[in-house]
Amino acid sequence: MLNNLRLPDFTIPAPLTRLGNRLPQLPPTLALVTTLNLALGRLIPREPLEMLIGKRFTIRVLDAGMTLRFSYGERGFRPLFDASKPDLTISARTRDFIALLAREEDPDTLFFDRRLLMEGDTDLGLLVKNTLDGIDLPRFDPARLTPQELLHRLRARLATPHNA
Amino acid sequence: MSALLELVCPAGGLPALKTAVDHGANCVYTGFRDATNARNFTGLNFDDASIKQGIEYAHQRGVKVLVALNTFPLTDNWLQWTAAVDKAAAFGVDAVILADPGLMEYAKRNHPKLRLHLSVQGSATNYEAINFYHQHFGIQRAVLPRVLSMAQVEHVVKNTPVEIEVFGFGGLCVMVEGRCALSAYTTGTSPNCQGACSPGKAVRYEETPAGMETRLNGILIDRFGQGERAGYPTLCKGRFEVDDETYYAIEEPASLNTLELLPELMRIGVSAIKIEGRQRSPAYVTQVTKVWRDAIDSCRRDPEHFKPTAAWMAELNKVSEGRSATLGAYNRPWK
Ligand code: SF4
Repeated sequence: MLNNLRLPDFTIPAPLTRLGNRLPQLPPTLALVTTLNLALGRLIPREPLEMLIGKRFTIRVLDAGMTLRFSYGERGFRPLFDASKPDLTISARTRDFIALLAREEDPDTLFFDRRLLMEGDTDLGLLVKNTLDGIDLPRFDPARLTPQELLHRLRARLATPHNA
Repeated sequence: MSALLELVCPAGGLPALKTAVDHGANCVYTGFRDATNARNFTGLNFDDASIKQGIEYAHQRGVKVLVALNTFPLTDNWLQWTAAVDKAAAFGVDAVILADPGLMEYAKRNHPKLRLHLSVQGSATNYEAINFYHQHFGIQRAVLPRVLSMAQVEHVVKNTPVEIEVFGFGGLCVMVEGRCALSAYTTGTSPNCQGACSPGKAVRYEETPAGMETRLNGILIDRFGQGERAGYPTLCKGRFEVDDETYYAIEEPASLNTLELLPELMRIGVSAIKIEGRQRSPAYVTQVTKVWRDAIDSCRRDPEHFKPTAAWMAELNKVSEGRSATLGAYNRPWK
């Protein structure tokens, strides 16, 4: 059972991190905001997120050398193209971001362990964390987070926008 | 064979409640999404729809749901607290956890069937106080502040008809529950009246060349060197300069872990063990509930030979705040 498999501890090797730094950041940012927008109003309730409107976010995937910048507005999430100071920056390694999404790790645990850093408006961070924690899913299955599976679900969602 | 020792687990939201139920909690304790409980953090806690779902889910599986209404109302917001008591009663919760005597009186008068627990925020450390709450308001269970030694807990249990619940695991603070003014002093928000110690709006973390800095309302309260474990941004656990020395002048961040005391807690007749952490995520609730369920079951089977396994201890240490786990006041040779 995949549910019982624990995510192993891994860090993307430094040479790849340096490579990641030099790659364009737009494609991963687009993938992220598209996923978030698809979840909005379905998995992620809109109402508690009102406090996020007009706010700028940065997600730093440390070992992948990725810095994803986006904002939230009335019409959902969109990528940001300038590097001005975000309201909230969340930094962690790839492995830990995945573990958080899969509900395998508690953010406070990662924070105590210095593997998760939240800079800027902490209250926004708490809102994001607690809103995600409050989403009642049948069960998060890490297998559903593979790129193929995500793509598959994205296609299915796009095909049936009203009853997903 | 000792009586059933209930495992009371925290739930800051529906997924946490469900996972606590699924992994063996006997009770889950929750709060509404406002200042009526002492974990009033942005985005946390239950709205009406989710608490109803939670109660249904738990009750179908024979698990009780408790609602903490354990902050202190003031004259201008009294009605918000009484409305919360009414709501809890209407939704059919198994008990409310109260700290304010006025609210207890209200609950007793208006909802005579509603079971009342005395919150740790009520700070009752002796059986006279607990019996007073029992006689006047019909309190059926009291949560003891984390300041008593095992002998003192036993003394309380022996001298009261009220069920005694103790903290078994989780974050510790200076333990003047219901009376701490540190957060109010720094941020204007207190856990006692507004339900939040060090609210998110007052907290700032920043990675600097000297380490990660934590500020509370602009005041530097700690700096963590590379690889050094971090703690919650509360004033009590900050490091301060006193007489040219910078150290944890109030208390060192540590977590309570009483796993090894389980046989003793059962022997003296404690009714329930509480796990701290409504602010934590479902992952924490799952991990901690599993360990405590296993431990309680194994201790009930064979209290004589009970010994916490290394795996349990490692799992609990992993999710703990601070560098050390402690037995707290339970293991104090003096009284
Ligand atoms: S400042 Fe410390 S002792 Fe006071 S309420 Fe907050 S955590 Fe507890």
